[in-house]
Amino acid sequence: MERRLPELEAAGIRVVAISVDEPGVSRDLALAKGYTYTMLSDPEMKVIGRYDLVDPIDQVARPSEFLVDSMGIVRWKHLDSSVYVRARPEDVLEAASALK
Amino acid sequence: MARRVVNWPIWLSVPLAVATLYSYPFVFVRWPVTRDVPWVNLLLGATAVTLAITGVRRSFGRGWMAKTAGVVAAAATVAAVGLFVYKVLVLARELPASAHAPNVGQQAPEFTLADLNNQPVSLTSLRTTPLEGSRTPRGVLLIFYRGYW
Repeated sequence: MERRLPELEAAGIRVVAISVDEPGVSRDLALAKGYTYTMLSDPEMKVIGRYDLVDPIDQVARPSEFLVDSMGIVRWKHLDSSVYVRARPEDVLEAASALK
Repeated sequence: MARRVVNWPIWLSVPLAVATLYSYPFVFVRWPVTRDVPWVNLLLGATAVTLAITGVRRSFGRGWMAKTAGVVAAAATVAAVGLFVYKVLVLARELPASAHAPNVGQQAPEFTLADLNNQPVSLTSLRTTPLEGSRTPRGVLLIFYRGYW
């Protein structure tokens, strides 16, 4: 997804990554991988729980993606039963093109 | 003194078992053909366990040190391969339905979380703060992920 970030931003999409990692850990990850998008910390899983995305076995967020429009409405969502399957940037771009 | 011969099946089985466990999330998960049924990793794991059994049987012709090392290595191999089988075949299939996650058409719940610099950031600000070049965003992509392994 990071490789396609310029395309997503050109399409007017702000990319935000959320996990249980503390800000220090996210900083290390961003430096190690060269990530430039917004990374937020939810160590107590308050937001992850609110979005019903808790992986009960590993106590982390299950991988998922939500495209939210400028009014805050969910316009596209990706959630897979396997922890290993992530959304494809092409699908996000296609969904983004439908937003005003 | 007995001739010392390296018990190669044991020494090979442990790294192979480690490869079985770690090559999946880093290598084979990228292609659907090796991800959905992880046959490459199952083959690696079966090979590792076979080598471990061979190695243990070989070690029984030697002294107690060789036997102990053999059994320990074999146990480590079986544990690593067993962990792989459990993690991939059992755990990966048990994610709950997330029935209460917001659906398309619903309002995304508001939140405020700390960013990399420990500054509070709200979903509203993410939606409304201009991107580079002073454009207001058309949308925000929220990527929930497990965290840094």
